Amino acid sequence: MGRITLDKVRKAFGDVEVIPPLDLRIEDGEFVVFVGPSGCGKSTLLRLIAGLEDVSGGEIRIDGTDATNLSPAKRRLAMVFQSYALYPHMSVRKNIAFPLKMAGLDKAEIDKRVEGAAKVLNLDSYLDRRPGQLSGGQRQRVAIGRAIVREPSAFLFDEPLSNLDAALRVGMRLEISELHKRLATTMIYVTHDQVEAMTMADKIVVLQAGHIEQVGSPLELYRTPRNKFVAGFIGSPKMNLIEGPEAAKHDAHTIGVRPEHLMVTPEGGTWTGKVGVSEHLGSDTFFHVTVPGFAEPLTVRAGGEVDLHYGDQIHLTPDPAQIHRFDAEGLRLA
Amino acid sequence: MARAVTTQRKIVFTAIAWIIGLAIFFPILWTILTSFKTEATAISDPPVFFNFDWTLENYAIVQERSDYMRYLWNSVVLAVGSTFFGIIIAVPAAWSMAFVPGKRTKDVLMWMLSTKMLPAVGVLYPIRLILIEMNILDSKGALIFILMMINLPIIIWMLYTYFREIPGEILEAARMDGATLKDEILYVLTPMAIPGIASTVLLNIILAWNEAFWTLTLTTVDAAPLTAFIASYSSPEGLFYAKLSAASTMAIAPILILGWFSQKQLVRGLTFGAVK
Repeated sequence: MGRITLDKVRKAFGDVEVIPPLDLRIEDGEFVVFVGPSGCGKSTLLRLIAGLEDVSGGEIRIDGTDATNLSPAKRRLAMVFQSYALYPHMSVRKNIAFPLKMAGLDKAEIDKRVEGAAKVLNLDSYLDRRPGQLSGGQRQRVAIGRAIVREPSAFLFDEPLSNLDAALRVGMRLEISELHKRLATTMIYVTHDQVEAMTMADKIVVLQAGHIEQVGSPLELYRTPRNKFVAGFIGSPKMNLIEGPEAAKHDAHTIGVRPEHLMVTPEGGTWTGKVGVSEHLGSDTFFHVTVPGFAEPLTVRAGGEVDLHYGDQIHLTPDPAQIHRFDAEGLRLA
Repeated sequence: MARAVTTQRKIVFTAIAWIIGLAIFFPILWTILTSFKTEATAISDPPVFFNFDWTLENYAIVQERSDYMRYLWNSVVLAVGSTFFGIIIAVPAAWSMAFVPGKRTKDVLMWMLSTKMLPAVGVLYPIRLILIEMNILDSKGALIFILMMINLPIIIWMLYTYFREIPGEILEAARMDGATLKDEILYVLTPMAIPGIASTVLLNIILAWNEAFWTLTLTTVDAAPLTAFIASYSSPEGLFYAKLSAASTMAIAPILILGWFSQKQLVRGLTFGAVK
């Protein structure tokens, strides 16, 4: 079991309140991603759940019992750190066995579980090496191995992939998702990368300045962002946000249109602009189009084979069903 | 950028280094040489360097007159004992200052260091009187305690510097893995800091071994270490240069040998953290 409930949890460092009172429910077996820009308090929130930081107020419950003042060791949670935080003086085998040794398991059981975890994570042939002799990806696997042998009620990941190169990151992302499917244990995953959030999460928690901006499934957030911040943060490239007379036409302070919801036509169209820089990804092309009267260039997604060049004049039409409307406070209008 | 160093410059600098090194080493060399001379050759004018009749009689006389082994044993007990208890107190102290610093941690560290600037003689009489009152003057236990106290600031400072190099996340990982504070210090922090702890131990043994002020003023017979052994030969009347040298050589030999074999470790320890 791994249901975690936060009830008016608050954290202040001295006079600075980094997390104002906050409520959150994480169901058993869910993959929850905390995402937000750096400094939004997502790592602090994870550390509060882990017990590595003390809360300044509120209550944390794990499986119904009050864990607010329990030491990290007693919360039955396992954590994977950004820097892996392996014990450099111990072999891979001893690293993975460490939590079991602390739990006082007998040697036969420890060996059995370590071998099991090593097999799952393809670490069999590295068990007697030191962490210093492993690559980044292997170290990350050892860190995960150390977490899974304990059979914790939930896993906490603190930006585990940000020290890996791009190709490895995609691979590890799949491995972690797969691990979640197989273990069906609650996982809380912190990242600043919205792509990781979108691809891995059952539920995304978008944070800004310690506030929860929105909680929902990846597609919910994508389709119906509750405010301008979530609209701009989720989705890559970013949603185009347009203010002024064009927004007023839709009875809104700001309107938002995603790059894939702008149609390019040779003539006609709602807006006319000049093609600026284009980014060719092969499958897609993203054009940055300057439209007179708009504060920022629009990003437009087109197919891979579109023949448009720097300085060309094009016409754009937003899909009327896909226009997001926001009021002056940035909140979504129905 | 690599700078080109001409052979000529290298020779000049090497020569200067050797001259300075020999100048520093000369008193020790002279002491060792004198210890093999007769008392008459020891004060001969002009001094003789190597062409004298080498003799071991000073060593024999010194050993006969005073029990070298007892002084040696006392030195070992004081140096090792004060270092051992110092480390036991300093590891948790340095842990708390390095990993859970408070608002005043820096001040505490500076304050500890400032005690090293106090002239020891300023507290000699209070301490001497306390020891007399408690009837523990000339006891090894009291001296171990005092040597530990005077070196504790250095031990804590050194360990603090090493511990600061250890990433806090690793200790947090240990906490998540179910380690208690004791487990964390015993199984994770200490093994990771072994090189630092080793050089702290070595340096502290040397400091305690060489300490002469407290060992001379607070001991007479029972707890007297090698420093007192040497001092007993520096008599104002009579010519005892050769015997004094023999006693000095016997006193410095153990620590010289220890220092020689551990110099790599010492240098590494003292420059640890200076370069990343």
